[in-house]
Amino acid sequence: MVQYLIAAISISIVYLYGCVGEIITEKSGHLNLGIPGIMCMGTFGGCFGVALYMNSLPAQESAVWLLLILSSLFFAMLFAASGGLIYAFLTVSLKCNQNIVGLALTTFGKGFTDYFMGKINMDRFAWASKLFRKSLPFADKLGWFGEIFLSHGILVYVGIAVAVAVAVLLKKSKIGLNLRAVGENPATADAAGVNVNAYKYGAILIGAAIAGIGGLFYVMNYVGGSWENSGTIESFGWLAIALVIFCIWRPDLAILGSFIFGLLDAFISFSNVAFGISFTLAQKEIVKLLPYFVAVVVLVVTSIIGKKETQPPASLGINYFKEER
Amino acid sequence: MNEEIIREKNKEVAVRFENIGKTFFGTVVANKGVSFDLYKGEVLAVLGENGSGKTTLMNMLAGIYYPDEGQIYVGGKPVAIKTPKDAHALHIGMVHQHFKLVDIFTALQNIMLGLDKNKKFNAKKVRNEVQEICSRYGFEIDLNKKIYDMSVSEKQTLEIVKVLYCGADILILDEPTAVLTPQETDRLFGVIRNMRADGKSIIIITHKLAEVLEISDRVAILRKGEYVGAIETKDANQNILTEMMVGKKVELKIDRPKTEVKQPLLEIRNLGVKSDDGTLAIKDVSFYIRSGEILGVAGITGCGQKELCEAIAGLRPVVTGVITHKGENIIGLPPKTIIEKGISMSFIPEDRLGMGLCPSFSITDNMMLKTYDKSKFSLKNHAITDKDGKAVCFFKKVANGTASVINKLPCPFVDRKDARKRSVDLIKKLEIVTPSSETPVRRLSGGNVQKVLVGREIESSPNVIVTAYPVRGLDVNSAYAIYDILNEQKVKGTGILFVGEDLDVMLALCDKIMVLCHGKNMGIVHANKVTKEQLGLMMTGSLDLTEVKKEKNYGIAKDSNLTEVEWENAEKAAKEAKERGND
Repeated sequence: MVQYLIAAISISIVYLYGCVGEIITEKSGHLNLGIPGIMCMGTFGGCFGVALYMNSLPAQESAVWLLLILSSLFFAMLFAASGGLIYAFLTVSLKCNQNIVGLALTTFGKGFTDYFMGKINMDRFAWASKLFRKSLPFADKLGWFGEIFLSHGILVYVGIAVAVAVAVLLKKSKIGLNLRAVGENPATADAAGVNVNAYKYGAILIGAAIAGIGGLFYVMNYVGGSWENSGTIESFGWLAIALVIFCIWRPDLAILGSFIFGLLDAFISFSNVAFGISFTLAQKEIVKLLPYFVAVVVLVVTSIIGKKETQPPASLGINYFKEER
Repeated sequence: MNEEIIREKNKEVAVRFENIGKTFFGTVVANKGVSFDLYKGEVLAVLGENGSGKTTLMNMLAGIYYPDEGQIYVGGKPVAIKTPKDAHALHIGMVHQHFKLVDIFTALQNIMLGLDKNKKFNAKKVRNEVQEICSRYGFEIDLNKKIYDMSVSEKQTLEIVKVLYCGADILILDEPTAVLTPQETDRLFGVIRNMRADGKSIIIITHKLAEVLEISDRVAILRKGEYVGAIETKDANQNILTEMMVGKKVELKIDRPKTEVKQPLLEIRNLGVKSDDGTLAIKDVSFYIRSGEILGVAGITGCGQKELCEAIAGLRPVVTGVITHKGENIIGLPPKTIIEKGISMSFIPEDRLGMGLCPSFSITDNMMLKTYDKSKFSLKNHAITDKDGKAVCFFKKVANGTASVINKLPCPFVDRKDARKRSVDLIKKLEIVTPSSETPVRRLSGGNVQKVLVGREIESSPNVIVTAYPVRGLDVNSAYAIYDILNEQKVKGTGILFVGEDLDVMLALCDKIMVLCHGKNMGIVHANKVTKEQLGLMMTGSLDLTEVKKEKNYGIAKDSNLTEVEWENAEKAAKEAKERGND
């Protein structure tokens, strides 16, 4: 049971990064379906950063925790943001259809990552992964509580902190108010003197960078530094987009939502150990389907309630043309 | 001339336009050589027909557009206003015709949006300062209210407060009364006078002459993007202003041709219709339209006009009640059948394109939207039938099927040639300005788009016309052209339901006026026996004639097509049909 919860929390962080990144993007009125691809690119960037640092050392044992984390984070965010930049340039500056650009970006990001991951020397990844998973110093002194909540790598807490920070920023700050206005009604924001395109670019790039960390976290922290292909990360990306709907565009609810998604996800692997239930292959696929199903239910319920606050940003998916008559 | 006289009075110039020119897309000239002054502490009305460049000119002052040529002076100094921020810095604020508010924000949040960088982001402080402004000028506003809960007049108040909060000394109001009731307009004018007394300079963009005469000190007139001249309001009257505006004398009289009273054409009883958010938009409304009669529908935006029109056209399900056309129930019929019965609807929404026309289609294509199935290529036109109606020859080979089967076959091709001919006729008849009949409707000006829509509806020679805001945003000439078209139809015996916004026009054009308030029928009055003030009171719900004159049996024709028993049966049948649908 404890193992199950630990796994659930850990996996939920992949969703959380992707979801918070997508929320920031959507708040600017852009539906970025390229998030799965961007998470893949973030994965590559992060792994590239890890390899760059680890291979520059004479021996893997001399790796410094902080430098490793920083170098991988830097490259993960850099590559993910460059994916975001492609999306932003095409949709904000050139006003291309957001859905088409997003889908194309996902395809691109996957191919890009699958190809270049093969070029990386992953010899020292297992060691690096250990550093990533280094738990908080006082975790083992607090019994089951410490084990469940404090035994994770630093990126788990960074993820939660980012979600809380974004929630506060969106709700309380001037930047948040302006960003929400851009996503709701860009013409109004424009007339009020808000630089609409700057906000859109900023939100898309930052959102992509945050989502990219999710991919890094999955490879280096959750699966322990091994790599097969980009398929799993892509499916995390799609679920992260569904999660945005599930948590009605609120980063604070995203923490809860991603935990629920994490519970559902980890349920398959732990059903036998923790609950004594075993699934056939077909049943497993049905369990995997649950998060999507839940997202659809939430979408239906919120639109039936029809409260304006739980609706997507009003101009989501619509590119802004400055009115010229 | 006039300007010299005023300058002698030593009035201070707040804004001077000098030779302003603006061209869109390199070809469309919006403004050309416009020069005039705005004095400090005056209300200047900028008057002009639609498309005369009033709004464009003011957008240049507000920093939305930048002039191609000429120079704007503010407070005597030449300035370059490149963004709305520059305008703020010069204390210029504009209240746009389409409100620039974020729906899910509170009033306060909207005011705080895009605040100056050097002002601190402090909700409490902003609130206090805003409340001070409100009490100074007599605004009433709830700062915690969300925009989507606000009425149009509340939103407008908020817009003005917002502009004042940004420290504006020069206010531009773009068509501020377009959506207000007479009472709300009076309140707005009161506030404008307060602001003038406080030394603010105010520009009102409008095309309503009566209001120009009431509120302004001076009128500047634009025609086709050029400045015609300015006139002191006290020297002006409606005819002078129209002549300056249009450039020729225009007969400002709307006819109301007399027609003989005929049987009711469309009868509606106890109608209930839901709006998009599930609340009842139309509650228990009964009325009828006779052939050869124009029934006006007055009411504040969102009082259920749209839902009423859609229910009649069969686009929106009816919750309760009966709609009959020539004594026949039409509830539940598909829109196409309703069109075939001769009921046509043209609804002009705020953006003017939304309903009825497809913006990227040409006029010809739009003409075909309603008549595509009457193509001459339809198989039935090629089936040669014998005297019993049996098909004997179809492209020489098909012979065995009966004509009725062939008649039902859909036609795979459309008849573009015929549609093109009809659209060329329409362009000629209504003087639509367009490069050709194949130009996408989107590229036409608003007035011309409306002519296409109204023209197409009338072309199908309907017997009931439901038309909402057919003259929305049209210039004087086009508007009168549309009134003439409607009157022409009326004389022909068509029953017309006219949803309008300008009460003066409705009083002149309609035979009767029905007033809706929150979806309730407040009474039906004869247009020649009612005043504007009365209509205003009814629109806001302060006066309910159905309560005052209960015995009159509101909205029920004495010479109905159906007997009372038949009505009861019809209602019962409608109800049963609905229940069956629910099961």
